Amino acid sequence: MFGKLTLDAIPFHEPIIFYTVCVVAILGAAIVAAITYFKSWGYLWREWLTSVDHKKIGIMYIIVALVMLVRGFADAIMMRTHLAMSHGDNAGILPPEHYDQVFTAHGVIMLIFVAMPLISGLMNIVVPLQIGARDVAFPFLNSLSFWLFLAGVVLVNISLAVGEFAQTGWVAYPPLSGLQYSPGVGVDYYIWSIQISGLGSLLTGVNFVVTILKMRTPGMTLMKMPIFTWTAFCSNILICGAFPILTAALALLSLDRYLDFHFFTNELGGNPMMYVNLFWAWGHPEVYILILPAFGVFSEVAATFSRKPLFGYTSMVIATMAIAFLSFVVWLHHFFTMGSGANVNAFFGIATMIIAVPTGVKIFTWLFTMYRGRLEINSMTLYTLGFLITFSIGGMAGVLMAVPGADFLLHNSLFLVAHFHTVIIGGAVFGYLVGITYWFPKATGFKLNDKLGKYAFWFWIVGFYVAFSPMYVLGFMGMTRRLNHYDNPDWTIWMQIAVVGVALIAVGVAFIVAQLVVSFIQRKKNIDVTGDPWDGRTLEWSIPSPPPFYNFAVLPRGDKLDAFHEQKRGGLPAPSTVYEPIHMPKNTGMAVIMSAFATVLGFALIWHIWWLAIIGFVGAVATFIIRTYDYDIDFYVQPDEIARIEQAHLQKATQA
Amino acid sequence: MKERKYHHYFRTLLTIVAAASLSGCSWALFDSKGEIGIQERNLILTAIGLMLLVVIPAIVMTVMFAWRYRASNKDATYAPDWAHSYKIEAVVWGVPILIVAILAVVTWKTTHSLDPYKPIESDVKPLQVEVVSLNWKWLFIYPEQGIATVNELAFPENTPVTFHITSDTVMNTFSVPQLGGMVYAMAGQRTQLNLIANEPGEYFGQSGNYSGNGFSAMRFKAHVGSSEAFDSWVAKAKASSDTLDFDGFKVLAKPGEMVNHRYPIHPVTYYSQVQPGLFKQVIDQYVVGINSNKTLSAAAPVEVGVEKE
Repeated sequence: MFGKLTLDAIPFHEPIIFYTVCVVAILGAAIVAAITYFKSWGYLWREWLTSVDHKKIGIMYIIVALVMLVRGFADAIMMRTHLAMSHGDNAGILPPEHYDQVFTAHGVIMLIFVAMPLISGLMNIVVPLQIGARDVAFPFLNSLSFWLFLAGVVLVNISLAVGEFAQTGWVAYPPLSGLQYSPGVGVDYYIWSIQISGLGSLLTGVNFVVTILKMRTPGMTLMKMPIFTWTAFCSNILICGAFPILTAALALLSLDRYLDFHFFTNELGGNPMMYVNLFWAWGHPEVYILILPAFGVFSEVAATFSRKPLFGYTSMVIATMAIAFLSFVVWLHHFFTMGSGANVNAFFGIATMIIAVPTGVKIFTWLFTMYRGRLEINSMTLYTLGFLITFSIGGMAGVLMAVPGADFLLHNSLFLVAHFHTVIIGGAVFGYLVGITYWFPKATGFKLNDKLGKYAFWFWIVGFYVAFSPMYVLGFMGMTRRLNHYDNPDWTIWMQIAVVGVALIAVGVAFIVAQLVVSFIQRKKNIDVTGDPWDGRTLEWSIPSPPPFYNFAVLPRGDKLDAFHEQKRGGLPAPSTVYEPIHMPKNTGMAVIMSAFATVLGFALIWHIWWLAIIGFVGAVATFIIRTYDYDIDFYVQPDEIARIEQAHLQKATQA
Repeated sequence: MKERKYHHYFRTLLTIVAAASLSGCSWALFDSKGEIGIQERNLILTAIGLMLLVVIPAIVMTVMFAWRYRASNKDATYAPDWAHSYKIEAVVWGVPILIVAILAVVTWKTTHSLDPYKPIESDVKPLQVEVVSLNWKWLFIYPEQGIATVNELAFPENTPVTFHITSDTVMNTFSVPQLGGMVYAMAGQRTQLNLIANEPGEYFGQSGNYSGNGFSAMRFKAHVGSSEAFDSWVAKAKASSDTLDFDGFKVLAKPGEMVNHRYPIHPVTYYSQVQPGLFKQVIDQYVVGINSNKTLSAAAPVEVGVEKE
């Protein structure tokens, strides 16, 4: 009846997990109770859950991502604490089967359930506004993407309370992830949470490629697009190219696990090396999917706060496209040690270091954007400066490992771990934090408290160096990643220093939470009435904060770079005030229902509850078909309604 | 008063850093004891040096530009519309291209000279060692000596060693960091690694690829000494009462038991005799058409990385 699911799946006997689950359950119950008490369910459903408005979907992405960031970070704290203790006779705090789940979950959560939604969230909020569009190309699909992503989040969190997560590392190489060596449900949670949310990511990719290509405002050619939109564009092209590979690789792995196929295990001629290739054919573009939008954020922020246009826009666009292209031809550098011949290794090594050229160009482009500018120092520019230094170091470590002869020594060492945390934290995470701070007033109507933001920055960056410099050293000492226990007494002190770093980052995270809370409480004080709090240069700053649901009452002209800056100084005409009816999509709860069925399907497949899987599958498909035959999906906003909304905004701005 | 307090913190910090750096001689990758390891270490240092040529200017410029062009410095030039310069753009493209080009040449050459499959040039005939990764221990077979060991390697100094590597379980990498790089161990496949030790000593070895709950126990020691020392080590193994055939191997291959929430390292074991061809038999278990009645394709043992010229 319930497949493999029994009461044993609930970890009563694991105190750390059990108490965590209890706390989460109590918190969840408290939130539900609060929403019920304030009678907010209707509001939530009408205004948020069923919304197809890209701005609201973006905000929901970011909220979920930040919650998952806390979970992924809790994993990091556990790992570092454990390894600072687990040497010699001390077994540390986590037994291997638990520790191995923690590092797997940390990787999967941080990449798939934190970084990806932060990108989707920022793109959702910003891209349509920057290109002068009223929504994305496919608003319903956008809502579906978000809810499919949330289905993945739900599954990955259920794994904490019911059953287990994979103990394979986030790469889940077979044969370790095959049925023989991982008979439990952990790998199945891994597969289905990534598959379902990955479908959401792919749909987002398609959606934004079409949006950027087809929905730009009149006059905005590709080479007039704001640079963040360019990076988002390249990132989405990479999503369209790379995610199907992951989907296929995991589908083959599922066939191995469910139907006794042997694509990746040795019986019947299968071969795990194929999985390793497929995984990284997705995995390498994936890291550029993560970093390119962050590059875009830094570009916008550097230009805005230097009070200058971005230096070398064309170079920047070419560099971005070059990185996007090259990211597909370097995947083998993740396994130089798998016995490929010298010619193959050398080819992929050199291809990899060529990426350093456009990346180096970008670094200098940001530097020359500051050059002869008037750089305003705030939390965002501090992060940008921290990024420039940190990313240069991380990039150097990366190119070093692109040399196969060097990688033979450094492969899978803590040096590697230090490298990718340097570029992901110093690059991607800093970029997303800056992006959130920068566009926060646009999305919510009030600015974040900058003082707390600066405190957060200092704790993040100092904590980062204290936590990860020791790992470069440990890598040079020959320590490999994913060790649960070690005997070398020389390693201990570095592990203990790393814990101090994690504690500092924890203070940084606490400051970010405090920043959000304090800014919300003081929202009247930090209110943005003009819609242009930073003296911005691109079109999103030309409309009120938060923008009306239709974004632009009249479409602006995009004939020049930095269109809004040009508008402000008379280089481009301001939009007229003659309104025409605006075609807008209607809200729909269908995506919520489909994803609820998808969650049921995933859960049932994980536990081999076949009848429930059929219900989930049929339910999801049926909902989709019903939605397909629903023709009542749009409406027109009439000019008098637009005039009323615009007038109200204008009044608010003049009053203040 | 406050200043002195900071001074104190600073001194404490320095002490910690100094104490940690004192263990500098344990930086295994920089303390190479074999020709391959030394070349790979030098390659790391060369590559870092080359890249610092761009990275240091970038970091210095970040700090300098940020300071010079801060908004409060009204003395600095302000060019609100300046956004393009062919000269600067030529330099920012040119310099990275130049450095990457040099690095590419270095990469091409060293990737070939340091190819793990390449035999090491030496007057001494290379020693053959067959390596099998198991859950969670290493089996080392010396086919020429007819012995085998678990979790202990020994070989004479200045003698090239050819490691033939496979796995009877999931993927691992065979790694002795002070002697040089690593290569994957994969079931059904034979990979190869050529190393040499030029100094006597005891070097730690490990798996570099996570292989399950007992991964941390995949540790061993490699003893390097004179050829007499090696001979006496072989004699010690020969004196063991244990021998290893395929059935014995299957017993050995079973994973160990957890003790006190961790998998203990398997004790060093010597086998005075090994069934000839055991290594090939281990590989053949996973090769269709040899030991299996499942005859989908008649594949030969896969030799990874042997390039057909």
